[in-house]
Amino acid sequence: MIRRAPRTLAEHSPILFPALMLVVFFVIPFSLMIAVSVFRRVPGGFYEPDLVFANYERFLTAFFGGVLSFSLGLAALVAVVSVGIAFPFTHRLVRLPRAGQIRWLVFLLSILSLSEVIIGFAWSTLLSRTAGITNLLVALGLMEAPQSLSPSFGGLLAGLVYQAFPYTVLVLYPALARFDPYLVEAARTLGASPLRAFFTVLVPGLRNTIVATTIMVFVFALGSYLLPQLLGKPQHWTLSVLITDQAIYQSNMPFAAAMAVFLVLVSLALVGLALMAGRREEGA
Amino acid sequence: MLRRLNTLAASLIALVLAAPLMVVAGVSVNARKSLDFPPKGFSLSWYAEVFTDPGWRDALVASLVVATLSAALAVLIAFPLAWFLWRWKAPWARAFEVLGMTPFILPPVITALGFLSFWAAVGEYGAPWTVVVSHAIFFVTLPLVTLSLGFGAVDRSYVEAAATMGADDRTVLRTVVMPLVRPYVISGFAFAFVLSLNEYIVAYMVVGFTLETLPIKIFNALRYGYTPTMAAVTVLFVALTALVFGLIARFGDLPRLLGAWAKHD
Repeated sequence: MIRRAPRTLAEHSPILFPALMLVVFFVIPFSLMIAVSVFRRVPGGFYEPDLVFANYERFLTAFFGGVLSFSLGLAALVAVVSVGIAFPFTHRLVRLPRAGQIRWLVFLLSILSLSEVIIGFAWSTLLSRTAGITNLLVALGLMEAPQSLSPSFGGLLAGLVYQAFPYTVLVLYPALARFDPYLVEAARTLGASPLRAFFTVLVPGLRNTIVATTIMVFVFALGSYLLPQLLGKPQHWTLSVLITDQAIYQSNMPFAAAMAVFLVLVSLALVGLALMAGRREEGA
Repeated sequence: MLRRLNTLAASLIALVLAAPLMVVAGVSVNARKSLDFPPKGFSLSWYAEVFTDPGWRDALVASLVVATLSAALAVLIAFPLAWFLWRWKAPWARAFEVLGMTPFILPPVITALGFLSFWAAVGEYGAPWTVVVSHAIFFVTLPLVTLSLGFGAVDRSYVEAAATMGADDRTVLRTVVMPLVRPYVISGFAFAFVLSLNEYIVAYMVVGFTLETLPIKIFNALRYGYTPTMAAVTVLFVALTALVFGLIARFGDLPRLLGAWAKHD
């Protein structure tokens, strides 16, 4: 089979449908959203074409600055905790026998696919007074009376890490599965303890992967919109929650769009950084 | 010593991952109409209610229909694109591949808001079919990834042999390539299906007020207080999700799909 550039219309035709679908239903909606962000809001839930930056200016107020820094800080915390747990875990996972690996992967994929609604519901039940974990502690005699553990920052953090953990493992999985096991073994043969081999061979060897994964999980956590509402207090609401709130309940699409554009820019910049970090290691 | 510590850590992680689901499963068999754990009495009536209560049944059907149609559409978009990239030397076409990956990487609220402004602008906001198209675009990444892997795994010498014997592109695709990539088509469909089933924000922003999918129904029900039916629905959903991935693992090469072995095996 000769792989050359397609020339005739017939040769080009297979890509027409996917290209059309992606342009009409992704590029246009996305561009429209950017356009709406500079539209002027008309009272009553509508907007009209214009070129105003009031939506962006409003975003620069102290309140939204606070929400933004909370969102970024929370996402960073979730990313660091998730990678901190998932890295050693995945390192063990890739060394399990195949059947065991597959069982874990099915389990992790199932949890990863769960709707935020379900995760939020499950965690709020787990943290509730009537059906929660504290009942177990009471039964064990470790606690006087059951109590509610959510809404709280701790509950929110637990829910977010729970949601991000399978994602983190699956992002780390290819890199760790392909990492040459002989490098660790060589270090062990030369007398390094398993812990020492882990920290002196594996971690430095995959430093860029770790950085790239942390950034990817950061972006993933930034997208959370239901868990802050279900497990956190109003002061724990993130940018994604506010965007939804403005778009649906306040009917202020221009302002929601302006915040979304900002979130896109932050996310794209971070994904770009993650890709750069990942690539440098492949080249090395 | 370290080995035992590792096993302990893995068991602990498994326990924490399973704990919220176990509590929900416990609540779902509660005999009383309240959330109690450990459950007070045993009853499967909440599971029956999922199928007999019109609200829950409609939501279940809506979710299954939307997931099936949007996963099929996602595959229909991804297949020709992945095939084209594999068959022809067309670096410019990679732009469409990147486009197909983008909605999945960005925070979902952005894609959701884009769809909301789009469907409102064309006057179709709230029409039930718009969620099918929106989900297909949102999840096209998944079949795109599995199919790129699938085409990448096709040995080009088979194709050359067929071409030498006089088979044209269409025949090669039907008789040689298709049987080899079929498992990847199925797993791409399955991934998109499961994620669409569980998706909330895009569905909510696009048709949330006219068509209730299960995640939307659960969230709306949460506002009016908890009932064990929600727990039963959750358990059914988790079971369905796990079943689909179990089937992928049973009939396909899951570690490979997830990138355990790259270009060189």
